[in-house]
Amino acid sequence: MKLVKSAALAAAMGFAAMGASAETVKIAFIDPLSGPFGPTGDAGFKQFKHAAAEVNAAGGMNGVDLEIVPFDNKVSPKESLVQLQKAIDRGIRFIAQGNGSSVASAIIDAVNKHNKRNPGDEILFLNYAAVDPAFTNEKCSFWHFRFDSHVAMKMSAATDWIADRDEIEKVYVIGQDYSFGKAVADAAVGQLAEKRSDIEIVGNELHPLGRVKDFTPYIQKIISSDADAVITGNWGADMVLLVKAAIDSGLEAPILTYYGGSLGAATAMGEAAVGQVRQISEFVENYPTTDAQIARIEDFEETYPENDYYFHRVYNAVHFLDRAAEKAGSNDPVGIAFAMEGMTHDGPYGKVTMRAEDHQVLQDLFVSTFSADVKRDVEDTGLGWTATDAARIAASETAPPTTCEMDRPSR
Amino acid sequence: METIVFSLLNGVIYGLLLFMLSSGLTLIFSMMGVLNFAHASFYMLGAYFAYSIMGVTNFWIALIFAPVLVGLVGAAVEKWGLRRVHANGHVAELLFTFGLAYLIDEVVKILWGRNAVDYRVPEILDFPLFELFGAQYPAYRVFILLVSVAMLAALWFILNRTRAGLIIQAALTHPHMVGHLGHNVPRIFMTVFGVGCALAGLAGVIGGNYLVTDPAMAVQMGPIVFVVVVVGGLGSLTGAFLAAMLLGLMQTFAVGIDASFADMFGWLGLSATSEVGSITIASLAPMIPFLMLVLILMIRPRGLMGDREL
Repeated sequence: MKLVKSAALAAAMGFAAMGASAETVKIAFIDPLSGPFGPTGDAGFKQFKHAAAEVNAAGGMNGVDLEIVPFDNKVSPKESLVQLQKAIDRGIRFIAQGNGSSVASAIIDAVNKHNKRNPGDEILFLNYAAVDPAFTNEKCSFWHFRFDSHVAMKMSAATDWIADRDEIEKVYVIGQDYSFGKAVADAAVGQLAEKRSDIEIVGNELHPLGRVKDFTPYIQKIISSDADAVITGNWGADMVLLVKAAIDSGLEAPILTYYGGSLGAATAMGEAAVGQVRQISEFVENYPTTDAQIARIEDFEETYPENDYYFHRVYNAVHFLDRAAEKAGSNDPVGIAFAMEGMTHDGPYGKVTMRAEDHQVLQDLFVSTFSADVKRDVEDTGLGWTATDAARIAASETAPPTTCEMDRPSR
Repeated sequence: METIVFSLLNGVIYGLLLFMLSSGLTLIFSMMGVLNFAHASFYMLGAYFAYSIMGVTNFWIALIFAPVLVGLVGAAVEKWGLRRVHANGHVAELLFTFGLAYLIDEVVKILWGRNAVDYRVPEILDFPLFELFGAQYPAYRVFILLVSVAMLAALWFILNRTRAGLIIQAALTHPHMVGHLGHNVPRIFMTVFGVGCALAGLAGVIGGNYLVTDPAMAVQMGPIVFVVVVVGGLGSLTGAFLAAMLLGLMQTFAVGIDASFADMFGWLGLSATSEVGSITIASLAPMIPFLMLVLILMIRPRGLMGDREL
């Protein structure tokens, strides 16, 4: 009996050792993979896999292959924490998430707590799309790195664009009712008051996240407010339905979006949105770039014919991780975090910097236009996004000072 | 003024669409005692079938054949699935439709992909019909209105003025008696289930391009349809109609109203800057269906027009 027990123990230890020796460095991808925001999360997952494959083809992270492990969180902060625990239990030390600032906020808290309680077993959070400014300001954490420009940074691109246009006198702000949507609205109101005090905010509306099926009533409110421009931070189905309703009701004002490139939006918008819908992003498909980048886009779209290349920042995140690991000389999250601070990268769309004070990425932004005259279309519509150099906003102009007072671990 | 006119128009259209969806569910429930969890999935199937049929022919053919196809699928589900499960009682049936809903969801994802498909409004109807207070009103919305009213009239006529309707109504309450009179009750059940699904399919055909056709549409519509059926009273078509209209109107009106709790209850000393005072009526819109559901179950458990307790 004793023999059996010790044999079982030995076997169990053997398995545990096998798990710990891990032939791959795993990144837990915690995002919605089902439900209304499923397609959005799935698109991010595919880009992560593609970016990881790129790193692996070049020899991996310090010689170890990267692996992306998906966890479906259904955009619920509660569910995300369950999935995060699952990932930690599997020995995963890197977490990637992007959809939903409410989720990111919960993950940051959980990661902080975990790292405090488990020294030597720290985990890193790579945030590729959750853009509540708080994460790199009052809520900043040493364990969190953001690879997307946050709400106020993107808004400064949008408000610059509006400030340059004298014919715009009334602006309507509409967004999703949670921390992100509120941050968008606050940034819009605050920055417009600063840049063009004559502009009147004729509407500031929040609608429930992912629950509105027909936006026509909202659009009719916008039309009757005589707005000259609309600003929205909507993403996923909320973005698609909002723009669709706007076009059906003949709204003529330009619509400045954060995520006009959301999956399915181009299909829903169609010809009617050409020249009217704009997007503020770090990536524009038809902006002139390097051959290597074009090859990357083509390779992605060949590998995943259902999707269009969209989350360029995912490549930034994965390559920063890879290079930081190389610089640190190990795949340990703490060393990588220190190495990543202040790191720069000459990307295909300009220089990308990871600001050391608050772990916020600084990158050039574009106010792109939905156009019919494009080389690369999206979703096989013949339509796509273009931007000129005039619509490019330098990283330095989008970078607000931070209030972050970071708590760093001792080296 | 313009808010009222627009909210009225949009509310009626949304209400009619909801009714079209829930009428089938009510019929099926009152006859077979089955709460069909997969009902919204048939709505989704209608939209996807129409999209595929439209790809090879045109919208008008899709408008006729997609609901028929959905109806056939529904009838087949009843004949070879539900009827067998029926022997094991209501819980088994409930679980069966629950599983079916997930099955259809996955099949749709495999066949048509996880993203929204480009199911468009037909070009002939894709123009602004009239302009009202500066906003255009799409002709397609009026088309939805017409189709819904036509369906409503046809349904009423069949149930109340034809022999078939008479038998169905009888089978609703006294299936054994109808069986003893020599009618094939299982076939009536199958037909009703099929027609109920076809109605959901029709709602999908005209609602799929009015809203968005994606694999999430069933999940999004499902809960609302149940609210309509429960609020209206299980098994009552008139009740379902009233509940659908009420829901459609209340939801659109709530969105259209530009007021916050502070404006309404300011006389109680509620300030606009407080947590509660800053809640706007518009932000409550999506809560309304579920608020109605809870209230109705508390105050009047059999629903507005229902004749039996839940």
